[in-house]
Amino acid sequence: MHKLLIDAPGEEVLLLGNEAIARGALEAGVSFATCYPGTPSSEIPENFFRISMESDLYFEYSTNEKVALEVGAGAAVAGLRTIVTMKHVGLNVASDPLMTLAYVGVKGGMVIINADDPSLFSSQNEQDNRYYARLSSLPMLEPTNTQEMKDMTAEAFGLSEELGLPVIIRTTTRLAHIRGAVRLGELKPIQTSAHFEKSPFHFVAVPAVARNLHKLLLEKYDQASEKSEQGPYNQVIGDGKWGIVANGAAFNYVKDAVSDLGIGDKVSILKLGFSWPMPKGLCADFLKGRDKVLVVEELEPINEDALRALAQEKGISAPIQGKGVGAFSRLYEYDPGMVRKAVAGYFDVDYEPSVVVNTSDLPALPGRPPNLCAGCPHRATYYAVKQVYGTDTVYPTDIGCYTLGLLPPISMADFVICMGSSVSSGCGFSRATDQKVVSFIGDSTFFHSGITGLVNAIHNNHKFTLVILDNGTTAMTGHQIHPGVDTTPLGVERTRISIENLVRGLGVEDVHVVKPFKLKKTIEAVKATMEYDGISVIISQELCPLFAKATGQFKKSKPFYVNQKKCKNHRDCINLLACPAMYLDGEQVEIDKNLCVGCSICAQVCPENAILPLKE
Amino acid sequence: METKRLVFIAVGGQGNLLASRLLGEAALSMNIPTVVSEIHGMAQRGGIVESAVLMGDVTSPIVSGAEADVLIGFEPLETLRALGKCNGDTVVITNTHPLPPFTVAIGQGAYPSPEKSLELIGAKVGKLISFDGNAIAEEVGNPLSLNMVMLGALIGSGTIPVGAEEMKKVIAISTKKAFLESNLKAFDMGMAKAN
Repeated sequence: MHKLLIDAPGEEVLLLGNEAIARGALEAGVSFATCYPGTPSSEIPENFFRISMESDLYFEYSTNEKVALEVGAGAAVAGLRTIVTMKHVGLNVASDPLMTLAYVGVKGGMVIINADDPSLFSSQNEQDNRYYARLSSLPMLEPTNTQEMKDMTAEAFGLSEELGLPVIIRTTTRLAHIRGAVRLGELKPIQTSAHFEKSPFHFVAVPAVARNLHKLLLEKYDQASEKSEQGPYNQVIGDGKWGIVANGAAFNYVKDAVSDLGIGDKVSILKLGFSWPMPKGLCADFLKGRDKVLVVEELEPINEDALRALAQEKGISAPIQGKGVGAFSRLYEYDPGMVRKAVAGYFDVDYEPSVVVNTSDLPALPGRPPNLCAGCPHRATYYAVKQVYGTDTVYPTDIGCYTLGLLPPISMADFVICMGSSVSSGCGFSRATDQKVVSFIGDSTFFHSGITGLVNAIHNNHKFTLVILDNGTTAMTGHQIHPGVDTTPLGVERTRISIENLVRGLGVEDVHVVKPFKLKKTIEAVKATMEYDGISVIISQELCPLFAKATGQFKKSKPFYVNQKKCKNHRDCINLLACPAMYLDGEQVEIDKNLCVGCSICAQVCPENAILPLKE
Repeated sequence: METKRLVFIAVGGQGNLLASRLLGEAALSMNIPTVVSEIHGMAQRGGIVESAVLMGDVTSPIVSGAEADVLIGFEPLETLRALGKCNGDTVVITNTHPLPPFTVAIGQGAYPSPEKSLELIGAKVGKLISFDGNAIAEEVGNPLSLNMVMLGALIGSGTIPVGAEEMKKVIAISTKKAFLESNLKAFDMGMAKAN
């Protein structure tokens, strides 16, 4: 049985933040779950995927976040308890349905999990999605630990149903990817179907209807404001004259700082867990009783600005500061030491921080950036394309493991902003410059938002080559399925969509399906695209070796070795491919047989044919 | 109880996330308040993977610069790189077996001499425990058991209130049968290195 399905109320277990969210949803009897994966949210749907195989939960990996939210909207409007999960930039994709679903509202509770990524551990930006609550007028909850992630998720469904609104829960990497103790509650039964009650004057957002719906949303917003005043998640801890306002992961740093500095009797902390609508009454009361107030929030000064405005409105003169105190800025995540130092400085408390060891005499350390795995087919595809197109070609790329093509020696990523941008920006680059353009996109990302760009490219007669790196899975986020995946080995039935048929169906005539480990043929196909006057598509098909291993589809090949008698030390293998299985032993290239998966690309690249399969 | 802040640093694939999770499980089984933090995603593709375990009267899930009580390094270069987490009292436990990054192979920088690295680390921190963890993993016939070796050394160092028996119980529950014996042996041998 899946560990999140254990029926043991009261038991304390160690859960990942994202597991705690999944458990919370199950304790609310969630019926319907959709998502597009994205770090740091991906473990939530991974758990739902497995749970759906052994329970009545309906779960799907949707094509993208917009689709996920719209699929979820159908279920929630019909009356099922629904959860939709995504990373912060995913909510940009889903923002179109979000804004008007807020008008229309829901019947079954709907919880939207939004995972922000301060410090950009695995993202293209660190936007602060608390703004989406303000933009949409939807309630937002911000847990501070694993227990709250479970509890808030469970309770958010009821809140959503009382208000008739989707509720957004905002986590950050330091909540999604922590493990902490969670005391389990009771699992609720899953409602498997609902009956949709028609009500076009509520659900069909044409202008005449939507004008009324906007008014209704503002009324619901006022109800939500009343709830945030009373809710257990907004609370004042302590009664000292020094005020600290905190939310999310930073609340923990504040709590520890107050304890470490021994100033618990002087401080009171306003913890904002139900952070939008802001509990204005509670906040005003808090501000009134303080000598000075420090706002501790990662990324944007949202609470700080709101509290300043509130103080002005209420005629409160206590100083309120946040950004600019100590090292607090709009950049990156906070950490416990930084918060302790800022709190000590702001309230003028004696504090001697730990002293870091002297690192000035350390030698220069070689970098260890992430790298494509040994046997990764992307390496072979990149090599083949570079052989033909060289270095002056513009290489727009996209979001996935292959973005690592940015790094030398591949150095074939020139532009990336968001999912799908490789294809559409390729249109722009090819039209605006006289350079050749080759865009790279992964299979999952192509389905997510590459197709519309390709339609645009064909319709507007653009001329460039699109390489679809089809490794049969959504690799970067942990091997989730997508519409092009053969799901049979995973034990689920989904209809597989052929990328080749899709591309041909759109009208692309120059289509090449290649196996990248057959280097010579791949290079021939790339050459053909160079000659073609129009849109060419290369579909480079080879399973991600990690995925293949995990699903029993890996065809074991003999590892390779360098025959040192033949090797003339050109080092094309190591210098052009940078495979992690290769290393230098003194001046000679060697291959780690434990890491080599036998893809043979290095052997095909070696001018001396000195790389050979290892004989047992 | 006293707060303990532990940082695990490793190269993607060396298994530090499992090690820190199992330590968290063992601490929880002893009713020690614990929070573990991990980084998933892009960094795992051959890059540096850091995790942290905090125990005692603490709710923050991460360890700031200079604040590690114990640094457990799975690879000597990465131990050296993580010294910013250490102060003069930190206990450093490190594997000495080098895993050169591919940047070295393509001529972008030189791998620092492991002997010199250990000397530098030893002179700066409270205590240094170092050994060839890969050799132990090879010896027990399970090259993937390096994380068990490192966990063993951590418990053997006596720096945290988690007992060997509790740790082994968690290892036993979480390990596939085929690897259990070698994992426990790796753990014991790691422990002996730190005693």
